[in-house]
Amino acid sequence: MVLRLSNRACVLSGSARLKSTLSTYFDEMGKAGIILKSASTGIFENLALEDWIPDRVDLQNRSMLLLWRNSPVVVIGRHQNPWQECNLPLMRRLGIPLARRRSGGGTVFHDFGNINMTFFTSKKKYDRHRNLKVVTSALKALRPDLDVAATDRFDILLNGHYKISGTAAKLGRTSAYHHCTLLCSVDRSILSSVLSNTSEVIKSNTTPSVPSPVKNLLDVDPTLDSNTIMDAIASQYSNEFGFDSPVITVDPTHEGLMPGIHKMAQDLQTWEWIYGRTPKFSVCSSIVVDDVTIKLDMDIKNGAVGQCAMEIPENWLPSEMVNEFTSTLNGSNYCPNETTVLVAAFMRTVSMTADVAEKIHRLCAGVVSVM
Amino acid sequence: MATVITVRAPFAFMRRLVSARLHRHCCSKLQAACFVSRPHSYSLIAGQQHRFFRTSYVAARPVLQFKLSDIGEGIMEVTVKEWYVKEGDKVSQFDSICEVQSDKASVTITSRYDGIIRKLYYDVDSIALVGKPLVDIETDAGQVEGPQEDVVETPAMSQEEHTHQEIKGHKTQATPAVRRLAIENNIKLSEVVGTGKDGRILKEDILNFIAGQTGAILPPAPFQEIRPPPPAAAAPSAPAAKPKEKMTPPSVPTPAIPKPVFTGKDHTEPIKGFQKAMVKTMSAALKIPHFGFKDEVDLSQLVRLRSELKGLAESRGVKLSYMPFFIKAASLGLLHFPILNSSLDENCTNITYKAAHNIGLAMDTNQGLLVPNVKNVQMLSVFELAVELNRLQTLGAAGQLGTADLTGGTFTLSNIGSIGGTYAKPVILPPEVAIGALGKIQVLPRFNHKGEVVKAHIMNVSWSADHRIIDGATMCRFSNLWRSYLENPASMVLDLK
Repeated sequence: MVLRLSNRACVLSGSARLKSTLSTYFDEMGKAGIILKSASTGIFENLALEDWIPDRVDLQNRSMLLLWRNSPVVVIGRHQNPWQECNLPLMRRLGIPLARRRSGGGTVFHDFGNINMTFFTSKKKYDRHRNLKVVTSALKALRPDLDVAATDRFDILLNGHYKISGTAAKLGRTSAYHHCTLLCSVDRSILSSVLSNTSEVIKSNTTPSVPSPVKNLLDVDPTLDSNTIMDAIASQYSNEFGFDSPVITVDPTHEGLMPGIHKMAQDLQTWEWIYGRTPKFSVCSSIVVDDVTIKLDMDIKNGAVGQCAMEIPENWLPSEMVNEFTSTLNGSNYCPNETTVLVAAFMRTVSMTADVAEKIHRLCAGVVSVM
Repeated sequence: MATVITVRAPFAFMRRLVSARLHRHCCSKLQAACFVSRPHSYSLIAGQQHRFFRTSYVAARPVLQFKLSDIGEGIMEVTVKEWYVKEGDKVSQFDSICEVQSDKASVTITSRYDGIIRKLYYDVDSIALVGKPLVDIETDAGQVEGPQEDVVETPAMSQEEHTHQEIKGHKTQATPAVRRLAIENNIKLSEVVGTGKDGRILKEDILNFIAGQTGAILPPAPFQEIRPPPPAAAAPSAPAAKPKEKMTPPSVPTPAIPKPVFTGKDHTEPIKGFQKAMVKTMSAALKIPHFGFKDEVDLSQLVRLRSELKGLAESRGVKLSYMPFFIKAASLGLLHFPILNSSLDENCTNITYKAAHNIGLAMDTNQGLLVPNVKNVQMLSVFELAVELNRLQTLGAAGQLGTADLTGGTFTLSNIGSIGGTYAKPVILPPEVAIGALGKIQVLPRFNHKGEVVKAHIMNVSWSADHRIIDGATMCRFSNLWRSYLENPASMVLDLK
């Protein structure tokens, strides 16, 4: 049985329940507020759950809180530029995936030491300050002398200085959700290295994230672990809104219970969504190959190379070869794997001498290092 | 029915007057049919009528300004981040129009009307003001009859009731105009298959359904209750309105089977990325005159050998498949038939015999075909080959192969049999001159030298070679040698370098 109920839950009666979806189950429960915990630590499954709930559950007379955690991943906001926000080559080396969420806001790093909370309401009841009050009150209830406070910009600061929570929201036609992070015991060295980006090569209109000093709650109080905090937030949610909410664990991979959720998770993993959704930008870079400085100019729209221009000294590589190389890249995705495959096909089909081939290898490696 | 009114007025005005009354009438019908009646909607409609008369009376199709509605939290301006429509696009009510962002909140603005977008008031990244026009929508003539609630001014609740019916836990989305059409024709929306976005039911779907109806509607049964139609009309599994048939008593002749209507649409997209690479490579391969040569290999002894060595390889941390054996045998064969490891120049004037055996592996990744190659197979042992194969497979799956791994191959093997198949007709990858495709290993009965039927592990191999420089005899002899190494792995040990 997928639904596991803890404390004050309704009795599930066998097979009749299996045929209904999560949505009808909520309707039948008749509660005004429900707390969910995700059984998955996969970012795409959890983001799909965030999409599924406002789409399929009636939120006009009911609000929900979802608590979730993920294995290490970098999550960018809907309109952000991953090449600008995070260190993609390092992430590839460390095997940390990238996800793009549907809400706005900035770039964050999640791991098991980070708690995510999503407050689902109707559009009328959307109130971010009240939601954050739930979090700060819960923390203060656990440790009364903890100095945590929410700011105007919907951040939560510890000791007035360290950011422990960031916020983002998504409003639809009739419902809305507000989610925020909470740093309990995140690996801060990985966080700072994957989110650091000193590359000057990107020119765009997107405003980059503003980095802030961060701290873990565990650093100030070793007894504050994620589970304790999640329980405190759950009960404070019920107190604040006057709900009698049961806490239900949900498995977001269960398609039968949540029809359509599998496709939502697939949609979130396509290259077109994660990278291709970046607003247009251009890349101006100089790479050094064999002691030769090469200037690279590319316009990227929808994640694909629109116009690629390279300035290469004629004596290093003949211009027809350069033109063929750049035309190979035109129209392809701004992605190291695709670029490599296209250049390999180019090298197979255009005859060239061995030393030219060597140069093209190194040129390609240089171009790919920028991506 | 509509009351008869005598009015002296310009035709367009009169038409709107009549249709406005019809619209009010229809709305009252709609009210009765809805789950919950919303009294305050009446006042809306009255207000709506007022709006109507204000719009341009010259055009038969009114162009309505859609203003950016209040987002909440006292926000007065937002940044337009993305347009989902452009001028000239057709939109339905509730289709997404654009995405705006304010203060870490991303908001989807949906259309209030059915119609055609006539003007976008803002560019991407400009600031839009709440309460000011966002887009102009030209509404269809047909739209005039439908109700046009100004949805955002109402509390979100009533909107929800009007447009979403929970039926067996499955939301049926349809605009109020479509719902009215369904109600007028006694159609239950749960029985109509929606072909619009997100399964939304469109007017066309209702019309198709009506066209396909044979009579009274049966009580809705779950999908598996569709009676199998007579063989003449095979119902396709493509999205189509599946009408429910009347169960007729045997004496009545079979009813006419309505033709299901296929509403799928073609979808065109440009070729790029992996597909473009394949187009380029294979188009170049067209220039090569291919000939094929196929044979059968008895791998019984190899299967035994591999099962003995598998454990040892794993203890060294390496997965041992059959491929290292196939590749090493090919390299040993190439030592005797170097022409298969050569390259022909563009004008077909010179052959270059390549010294290194860089044997390529066709790899199927989730993005498409990749062919990395193992360099200098002639210097590697079977175990080292296995290590290298593991490395290439890991990089390939992660999308991290470099150009050095993907170029410089001199001969290629494709293990298509790992997915399935027996014989194939592989295409040579230029600038190489030969390629082999390996089918799956099947257990089949064969005669042994004593004339007894025994169990044999049989695999089929399909070679293709460039007939400009390679003849059938050469290919056949190479294949025989390769086969002999694999059928009798002990002989491989003799020639191993």
